[in-house]
Amino acid sequence: MEHVIIVALILGGTTLLSLPLGAWMKLAMDPSSGRMSRWTGLFARIGGTAEEQGWKGYLVTMLTFNAIMFTVVFLILALQHYLPLNPDGMGAHDPTLVFNTAASFTTNTNLQHYSGEASMSYLSQLAGLMWLQFVSAATGIAALAALARGIAGRPSLGNFMVDVQRASLLVLLPLAVVVAVLMVLGGMPMTLQGSAVATTLEGVTQTIARGPVAAFLTIKQLGTNGGGFFGPNATHPLENPTFWTNGLAMIAIMLIPMACVWMFGGILGRMKHAAVIFSVMTVFILVKITGSVVFESAPTPAFAELPVSTDAGNLEGKELRFGATGGPLWAVLTTSTSNGSVGAMHDSLNPLTGLMPMAGMWLNATFGGVGVGMINMFLYIVVAVFVAGMMVGRTPEYLGHRIEAKEVRLAILALFSHAFLILGGTALFAATSLGQSTVQDPGAHGFSEILYEFTSAAANNGSGFEGLGDGTAAWNIATGIVMLIGRFLPIILPLAIIGSLMAKRRAAESAGTLGVEDATFGTMLGLTVVVFGALTFLPAAALGPLAEHFSLP
Amino acid sequence: MAHQQNKSVFSGGLIGPAIGESFAKLDPRKLIRNPVMFTTASVALLATVLLIGTVLSGGDLLFEAQIVFWLWVTVLFGNFAEALAEGRGKAQAASLRSTKAELRGKRVKGGTQKVVAASELRAGDIVLVETGDQIPADGEVVEGVASVNEAAITGESAPVIREAGGDRSAVTAGTRVISDWIKVKVTVEPGEGFLDRMISLVEGASRAKTPNEVALTVLLTGLTLIFLVAVGTLPAFAAYAGGSISVPILVALFVALIPTTISALLSAIGIAGMDRLIRFNVLAKSGRAVEAAGDIDTLLLDKTGTITLGDRQATEFLPLNGVREAELVEAAHLSSLGDETPEGRSIIELAGKGDSTPANAEIVPFTAQTRVSGINIGDRKIRKGAVDAILGLQEFDKTAGAQMRALTERIARAGGTPLAVADGSRLLGAINLSDIVKSGIKERFAELRRMGIRTVMITGDNPLTAAAIAAEAGVDDFLAEATPEDKLDLIRKEQSGGKLVAMCGDGTNDAPALAQADVGVAMNTGTQAAREAGNMVDLDNNPTKLIEVVGIGKQLLMTRGALTTFSISNDVAKYFAILPAIFVTLYPGLAALNVMGLNSPQSAILSAIIFNAIIIPLLVPLALKGVAYRPQSASKQLIRNLGIYGIGGLIAPFVGIKLIDMAVSSIGLA
Repeated sequence: MEHVIIVALILGGTTLLSLPLGAWMKLAMDPSSGRMSRWTGLFARIGGTAEEQGWKGYLVTMLTFNAIMFTVVFLILALQHYLPLNPDGMGAHDPTLVFNTAASFTTNTNLQHYSGEASMSYLSQLAGLMWLQFVSAATGIAALAALARGIAGRPSLGNFMVDVQRASLLVLLPLAVVVAVLMVLGGMPMTLQGSAVATTLEGVTQTIARGPVAAFLTIKQLGTNGGGFFGPNATHPLENPTFWTNGLAMIAIMLIPMACVWMFGGILGRMKHAAVIFSVMTVFILVKITGSVVFESAPTPAFAELPVSTDAGNLEGKELRFGATGGPLWAVLTTSTSNGSVGAMHDSLNPLTGLMPMAGMWLNATFGGVGVGMINMFLYIVVAVFVAGMMVGRTPEYLGHRIEAKEVRLAILALFSHAFLILGGTALFAATSLGQSTVQDPGAHGFSEILYEFTSAAANNGSGFEGLGDGTAAWNIATGIVMLIGRFLPIILPLAIIGSLMAKRRAAESAGTLGVEDATFGTMLGLTVVVFGALTFLPAAALGPLAEHFSLP
Repeated sequence: MAHQQNKSVFSGGLIGPAIGESFAKLDPRKLIRNPVMFTTASVALLATVLLIGTVLSGGDLLFEAQIVFWLWVTVLFGNFAEALAEGRGKAQAASLRSTKAELRGKRVKGGTQKVVAASELRAGDIVLVETGDQIPADGEVVEGVASVNEAAITGESAPVIREAGGDRSAVTAGTRVISDWIKVKVTVEPGEGFLDRMISLVEGASRAKTPNEVALTVLLTGLTLIFLVAVGTLPAFAAYAGGSISVPILVALFVALIPTTISALLSAIGIAGMDRLIRFNVLAKSGRAVEAAGDIDTLLLDKTGTITLGDRQATEFLPLNGVREAELVEAAHLSSLGDETPEGRSIIELAGKGDSTPANAEIVPFTAQTRVSGINIGDRKIRKGAVDAILGLQEFDKTAGAQMRALTERIARAGGTPLAVADGSRLLGAINLSDIVKSGIKERFAELRRMGIRTVMITGDNPLTAAAIAAEAGVDDFLAEATPEDKLDLIRKEQSGGKLVAMCGDGTNDAPALAQADVGVAMNTGTQAAREAGNMVDLDNNPTKLIEVVGIGKQLLMTRGALTTFSISNDVAKYFAILPAIFVTLYPGLAALNVMGLNSPQSAILSAIIFNAIIIPLLVPLALKGVAYRPQSASKQLIRNLGIYGIGGLIAPFVGIKLIDMAVSSIGLA
């Protein structure tokens, strides 16, 4: 019962909060006129231009901007031992790790093949990684705003440089300040001093890593980044001090992805359509939460033969302050939103519980990452509209935009690339010593570790199943490439679709047009997500979590 | 070709040749048009080569041979569906072709005549066609009048008049002059005529993929690629688990998962859609036009003949104040004796006094110039006609004149056409000629409205009359006193609002509007220009058909969507059949996924692949006939089709595979 109440409070509360935030994001990102548009002039001056861009122009600016960010952070990380703000004297990194980390944070993934408190200087953490946590999230919001403008039938997609500032300064920064203050009040450290040195009761000297945690953590959660300040991420007591910070963090994880759907609806002027999409996403997330909580209420298989009480569910690898529910709930929320933070050891979850986070990342659109989750859902919408449109006896159209060969080709290519990156990468590493020598457990569980790592990279999630020796050069390079492709292809292709739609005459809507504002369409969309998102991964799931589950004694 | 009874889908005469064609279509150059079936054939070939290896090295020969067999059967079934759909058109094409081969024409050149084969006639040649001759080429009558039997094209044996000038000057090759003679100026080069186009249409030879078909092919090919990754990575996954999966099994899983069902039926669905139109005596010049018909938002319908019966009929006699009705009826009757138009006949019929002319009466016949008919009996000059024409005959009493104007305006407002009746200098009253709205047409329009289609009535009537008829017929809008330019403007206006417009027309002045409309249905009796401009030709000249044409377009797309959904939903059951069968050797626990309780891994794989093959011919009738279609809103349409073909597609293979498994294992095939 207690699980249900916690889930209902967090999901329901975040849904309620997301409505006003979505309305605010619409105003901030797409000011029609009046008070909000005065910022546009300022941003245009800073960005140097407010030129209205077509899809190609918008994309080129966005990619250039991201390339510059990647390069700057690459240099900061590579040269951190020569740079200031390094009170604990962190040394140089392996170049492949620098590549992996720069790619990871540029792509909003935050896959971490390092432990921050043990190897990153404060400059690297703040000017490198935290900076990227802001702008990568802002890139996602900007891309979604551009997509929505195209669908709404505007003559241009807007200006990327203006959009990215709007997203950073009007959406992410104010929200981050509020949440960070609450987190500090909850007991989280926020300092630029080096590690504290304490003498314990036994008289032992202990070095306690600390730093500007609250600032880092807040944007990590709000921007669906997930990269922890500390290696153990949100299971570290200084990164997640109390029950309340844990709850607040979960809200922060879901808040902007949810609000993005409302922003999308707002720019389109189709709030009912947004509500249908929101409902579909919510149903998926509820299924995954229910699944994980139920599966995790069974004790760990290691206890099977032991005479111990098993009422508390599987507590292995859990942060005991949050119990057996908090861990899987966190796991589902973060993997549904491409947030890589972890609140429990995923490697220790029961096999079927472990399947839920993977499914979340395979779909990658049931709220999904900031901005990009909704963009991914748009791909499913294109496919759903295409099949459903024929079934109502018309050549398919979405809000008056005719969906033809070109749009279908681009959408399918994006869905294909997701499957290819995950399954292709897993196949390469599972069949060779590249992966085989790095897994901790043999058999199906080890397979899950490899599968999870590629899934997390391709979905730009960033969490790890762990138990995997993923610090090797091969893993660094492979996941680095997967992250970059998995990030930018699903932004490039949808914007190309929009470009193609904008060039066509828009059709009028009537009672004979496929409606996108009712439960029937929601059902169709849900089925499409299952068929195109999940069926592909069923064989892999069978050999990983399912095989492990059915092999349990 | 028309009016033949619908042959059953599997009529014996068509099946034989279709089976032969199925093998001919294995030609890779033909298969490549359908990427999914081409892929299936490629992997079938791969499995065949490996089978030869198995024969040499030993192995589970029976099992592998069966897989290879069913893979090829899948491809052949796909070819068969297409061949069967094409076969129905081929028979028609053959008879048209023999008609064409026999055509000879008498070419007139500088006063001499020479009989030449139709294939030698060029555009611009003049041919003489006399009683009993077949018209050798499409053209315009330049001289003479003849009655022509067009049954060869339309199936309608009642002859029609063709004459020089005007809207009845177009003639079609293959039709026969049954009386008199005409000189025809050939307007098309050999091989480009209507007959040629019909042959290639019914044969499906020139069938280009429609935009929607191309898009669907892209989707299905993309799905195939996705499953290629899903299946292609399995050997690596199995290698991790320390096992291996044999290639024939991988191939079986791959073919079971890729959307072979819809791909096999895709072209059959398209051909059948065109065929349904042809059976309906409408020729679409491209498949694209049929698809566009399903998308129509606005239907422009001519009032006369489509919404109303066509001829206006007298329905009422309305005397002025102080005039007895009997007096008016008598005058109307007498004055109409000289009016042979349908309107005139209907007055006599309504008066009910027979049509014998009184003695010593002089008939004044109706002419289009005077717009008046009448009768002179002694000094009495009784006249009836258009209100303005009657009032212009002479000076009438001012009060009566005003009364007449008020009365006739009332009639016009109610949708009728008024005629005035006068006896000498006395105005008697008016006759109300009404357009009779076709019965049931109002319900049709309500149906269309539910489907989201707006109807606009086009009429030459004045706005008052038009408004009244529009209200009675239940159309959404009307265009009164319409000129061809008005029509064109209306179409452009609708299109600029993102709407797709359909219309039908027959005259030369309709041609620009027909060309501008997204779906333009030209009447077969129409001029050559109209027939060139439209993208469909209605052989029956029935403008009401536009409504059915929209239905056929929608049905075509719905069939495609429904079978796509069915095909993809099948994958769930196939996974549950094949995955446990493949992996159970690696992880015995995965036997738990065998929810259907299939007999053995081999029988499971075999059953899935057999189901995948035989579902194709089982669905051929549906593909050819189209899914059941009834006009309703998009939302209801989606619920219905998603329910039947989505849920059905989910459940059917569970049942089917289980049954096949029972059969396969009981006769010991696996």
